[in-house]
Amino acid sequence: MKRTLKAEETFFRILMNLTTAIILFILGIIIYSVFEKGMKALSWEMLTSVPSGGYYYGKGGGILNAIVGSLVLAVGATVLAFLIGLPVALYMNVFLVRRKKLVNLIRFILDLIWGVPSIVYGAFGFTLMVFIGLQTSLLAGIITVTLFILPIMIRSMDEILRTVPMGLSEATYSLGSNKSELAFKIFTRQSVSGIITAVLLSFGRAIGDAASVLFTAGYTDNLPNSLMEPVATLPLSIFFQLASPVPEVQARAYASALVLTVIILIVSLFSRGLGKRYHKTKINF
Amino acid sequence: METAIRIKDLNVFAGKAQILKNINVEIPKNKITVILGPSGCGKTTLLKCMNRLTDLYPELKVSGEILINDKNIFDPGADISKLRQSMGLLSQRPYPLPMTIYNNIAYALKLRGVRGRRKQSILVMDYLKQANLYEEVRKRLREPASRLSIGQQQRLCLARGLAVNPDIILADEPTSALDPISSRFIDEKFQEIKPHFTIVVVTHVLRQARRIADNVIFMYLGEVVEQGPAKDFFENPKEEKTKSYLEGMFN
Repeated sequence: MKRTLKAEETFFRILMNLTTAIILFILGIIIYSVFEKGMKALSWEMLTSVPSGGYYYGKGGGILNAIVGSLVLAVGATVLAFLIGLPVALYMNVFLVRRKKLVNLIRFILDLIWGVPSIVYGAFGFTLMVFIGLQTSLLAGIITVTLFILPIMIRSMDEILRTVPMGLSEATYSLGSNKSELAFKIFTRQSVSGIITAVLLSFGRAIGDAASVLFTAGYTDNLPNSLMEPVATLPLSIFFQLASPVPEVQARAYASALVLTVIILIVSLFSRGLGKRYHKTKINF
Repeated sequence: METAIRIKDLNVFAGKAQILKNINVEIPKNKITVILGPSGCGKTTLLKCMNRLTDLYPELKVSGEILINDKNIFDPGADISKLRQSMGLLSQRPYPLPMTIYNNIAYALKLRGVRGRRKQSILVMDYLKQANLYEEVRKRLREPASRLSIGQQQRLCLARGLAVNPDIILADEPTSALDPISSRFIDEKFQEIKPHFTIVVVTHVLRQARRIADNVIFMYLGEVVEQGPAKDFFENPKEEKTKSYLEGMFN
């Protein structure tokens, strides 16, 4: 008996170590190949200028249009999704606390639409644009990407908010607080680090997605200067460059991928730091 | 003897299970009433009925009346925030609000309607002193309350509970997670402030009940077995169940 238990434990420990190693290995290869191929093509010019004529045939210029475009679009969509998502998640956990079935239904629906591929959002966004008479533009891109990351935003916040202990709600109510005060003053503060993680996760999805912006945000070689004009994004820039038959341009695609990876890395580290600052010491619990 | 809380025919169901059966009790004003009984007998539920925290649990169905100042708290028109504010709550485990030590009390003061920074700051210090916490935290008022020890957190919760200026204090096994010194402090504090407050304490610790109770409600399996002044209860129990509980037969 003891022996089988021990064998079982050893088996699962090896299994866990193995899977962790595989995941880290794959991640390592991806990052290595992006860095290895990207570093060669990366130049200061690429980061600081927009494509000049013939950029896609290997001539001069850079991807500043896509870097700025992606940042503007992703930040816009993340802010919008946050402004909509936080109240929704709070509503589910504070106001609907007595309607467990309804909340579970909402969770189920959100999980479903979380799984919808982003190209479907792209198609939906396009239909919506036609309906309201909007052309491919930064605004249309922001709206579509907002819709796309909203379920991610709401559900990740929801998962954090539902861990707020009932006793804290009871303590807050017993001081005479109402529901909005409990939601905005207590629940949000208690969950700051989790909310930051939710925002980061959504931002990562927003900046890294190509399919949802393909029809909606369009593409341009110019820097974004209006909500109503098309905007370039890094994933699409990678896509266009990688599709080129010219080897230099393909190498630049890796350099662009490197830029995208580094942006996500910086945002990630930054929000980690922010989350840690707000993290409560929980030694006593 | 004046009655602060009068409970009439209170029944609480959780689904089909009946948690509280026909509770009829009177809680005297400016005394310490201890709700005593073994774990799972419905003590905490009874306490949570009094400030309607039972509202938070959809599975609980409450019927009956709880009269405070001759007003039924279950009346549809009852102002729940005001009702809860008139009762300070001290729970089993302290739940400091996710803000600084200072703001934990200031938050309660704001809800009570105390305006003006100076006024607030004077009162914050005052309540911290009342809870015997001021000396320990006076240099760290701007630190998160979660950094305090459990005993300190519970005293902070006491200070916060007093800061809303309640008439009644509800305490749910307030010392069960505390060190002996903090426990003793809370017990003594209750004795000290009872001329000004009606205090209801839930406990399953017989010694604590003997030490602090003026009045005892003894519960078993959702029913009130016996209630009355502490002296009669401990020296002259009427019911068989009470006698065996006092002799330590269950628990």
